[in-house]
Amino acid sequence: MQLIELNRIDKTYHMGDFEVQVLKDITMAIGEGEMVALMGASGSGKSTLMNILGCLDRPTSGEYWLDGEEVSRLSLDQRALLRNGKIGFVFQNFNLLPRTSALDNVAMPLSYAQDNPSEREARLRAKEMLERVGLGERIDHEPSKLSGGQQQRVAIARALINRPRILFADEPTGNLDSRTSVEVLHMFQRLNQEDGVTIILVTHDPNVAHYAQRVIHIHDGQIASGIYDAQTPKEEGQA
Amino acid sequence: MRLYRTLRLALRALTRNPLRALLTTLGIVIGVGAVIAMMEIGTGSSTAIKKTIASMGANVLLILPGTAASGGVSFGMGSVNTLSPDDCTAIARECPSVRSAAPIVRARAQLVYGNRNWVPNLMDGTTPSFLNIRDLNNLSEGEPFTERDILNGNRVCLLGPTIVRELFQGESPIGKEIRVKNVSFRVVGVLPAKGANMMGMDQDDILLAPWTTIKYRVTGSTLSNANQSAASSATNTVNSLSNLYPGTASDLYPATSDVQAADNPMPVRFATVDQILASAISTEEIQNAIRQISALLHERHHIREGEPDDFNIRDMTEMTKTLTSTTTLMGNLLLCVAMISLVVGGVGIMNIMLVSVTERTREIGLRMAVGARPSDILRQFLVEAIVLCLSGGALGILLGHGGSTLVALLLHWPVQTSPAAIVTAVAVSVTLGLAFGFYPAWKASRLDPIEALRYE
Repeated sequence: MQLIELNRIDKTYHMGDFEVQVLKDITMAIGEGEMVALMGASGSGKSTLMNILGCLDRPTSGEYWLDGEEVSRLSLDQRALLRNGKIGFVFQNFNLLPRTSALDNVAMPLSYAQDNPSEREARLRAKEMLERVGLGERIDHEPSKLSGGQQQRVAIARALINRPRILFADEPTGNLDSRTSVEVLHMFQRLNQEDGVTIILVTHDPNVAHYAQRVIHIHDGQIASGIYDAQTPKEEGQA
Repeated sequence: MRLYRTLRLALRALTRNPLRALLTTLGIVIGVGAVIAMMEIGTGSSTAIKKTIASMGANVLLILPGTAASGGVSFGMGSVNTLSPDDCTAIARECPSVRSAAPIVRARAQLVYGNRNWVPNLMDGTTPSFLNIRDLNNLSEGEPFTERDILNGNRVCLLGPTIVRELFQGESPIGKEIRVKNVSFRVVGVLPAKGANMMGMDQDDILLAPWTTIKYRVTGSTLSNANQSAASSATNTVNSLSNLYPGTASDLYPATSDVQAADNPMPVRFATVDQILASAISTEEIQNAIRQISALLHERHHIREGEPDDFNIRDMTEMTKTLTSTTTLMGNLLLCVAMISLVVGGVGIMNIMLVSVTERTREIGLRMAVGARPSDILRQFLVEAIVLCLSGGALGILLGHGGSTLVALLLHWPVQTSPAAIVTAVAVSVTLGLAFGFYPAWKASRLDPIEALRYE
């Protein structure tokens, strides 16, 4: 069984009397340790798909197996727990807490963690994470004192603090210049190769998608191409 | 651990914008401050008022003899003398709720000193306990008469300031002799000034003497002449046949009679007194004291179940009630005003918390994305509101206490620190934090993380 398996996922939004079907019958799988890019024009449904994959949203119908668990019908609290333990998010606009030190920003998800580490341990882990993304010198800096690339690296450290299986990056380079974009993307690659973190990049930029091993194109709520990895083609119909 | 972290988070969120936090909590600060100041000043003045009432005689009980009735005709209060001085001693000794008791023997007569004369409003024969009961202890001059004076029927007296002014005109009366119905009394002390009472009666127009002296030397009452009020008021009775003792008005030879009285003291056996004055140990104990006194008198007077009482007990309930209800009313009124300001403060907190939730929508979305449950968000904002209210409450307590201390210092109002007020204030501010913080916190917890993350 794969880390992520989607089986006939539909997502429909109700806007008054209208029904908008954003995702249509999506079936796909992402294996452990893959680095996948989710591509599509705006309005194609890629953000909706990412929200469902990231357990922020629930599909209208269909099954979503995450790490051997059917998660599409989980309650709000159960999904929060799942997000905390297994999923990390990196956003386009970093979403760091203002006027809060890099260390506290990174340690923030730990306060919602189930194993509930002590204050000392939390600080230690956060410091370790910041060192790993190369910001060991700037743990006391507030986001406003950091450059865009540094802010994004703080965000990555925050996403990794709970040692998640999957890292979602929603347009991670959208607000960065090309040089820092490359740095951040290299960091994703390193995480993927060295730590085996499954990475899903959501982007509309082919240059970014290029860093992934596999590119899934979404078009009009359906997968246009890239369901299977080019190198290791799989049979259709995974349950 | 978990709570500690939430608390730290709340503190950090608040210190991110200290001015706003301060302004937000100002409503609570003023409200709690007002409550504390009200309650401190209120309890202070009500204690002071209670003390004043007590000194006016609110704790005083008046025990009067019963009425005589014959063939359906009642003769009114005091028409029979049923109270004895022994009743008085028994009341003081055996009723735990009674602080002290004093008998009263009334007389009305002319006082003469030199070429001046005066008829005092009250001429009471009593014991030194009377001074205790009526709060007359601190004599402005001289010393009170003693128990020995009572046993001997000594001719000593205490004068009220009005009499001193009328008879002595600035002279010190101590040691001077005045004549009462041709019996000479030595003035041993001057009572403190009390002014008029609530009915407008001058309380300083009073002569106090040992009750034995008044009874046997002034009113000249005997067993054959039991009706005290009749005897004392009838100053111009012509009663030459039974005129054994001086003091009855139609005595031609007062000097002789005086010696006679001194040589032949009246055997005190079936003595009666006009009234007994008793004081309860506190305002709350008045009802108990009344119950104990009536039980005691029933026993002493052999009154069986169902028989009419031969005495009456009166208290100053009306006065006490009026004054305490006035203070309670005032206190409640002020408390209402303070409560309204607290509610206004609470609404202010709710308002700012709502703004804060809107402002921090992205943060809430992010926290939810990294695994905060709705209940975590709810708790975070609730704790923030409570912290805000509690610190406001703490500031308010300081402000209120400082305010009341200032009032005490500058205006000399009586102020009393009340721990109950502080506990109430803390409880009220936590409750306010919970009540007015809940809606914004609930709103925050109901946010959709996707929408919240996208919020600009």
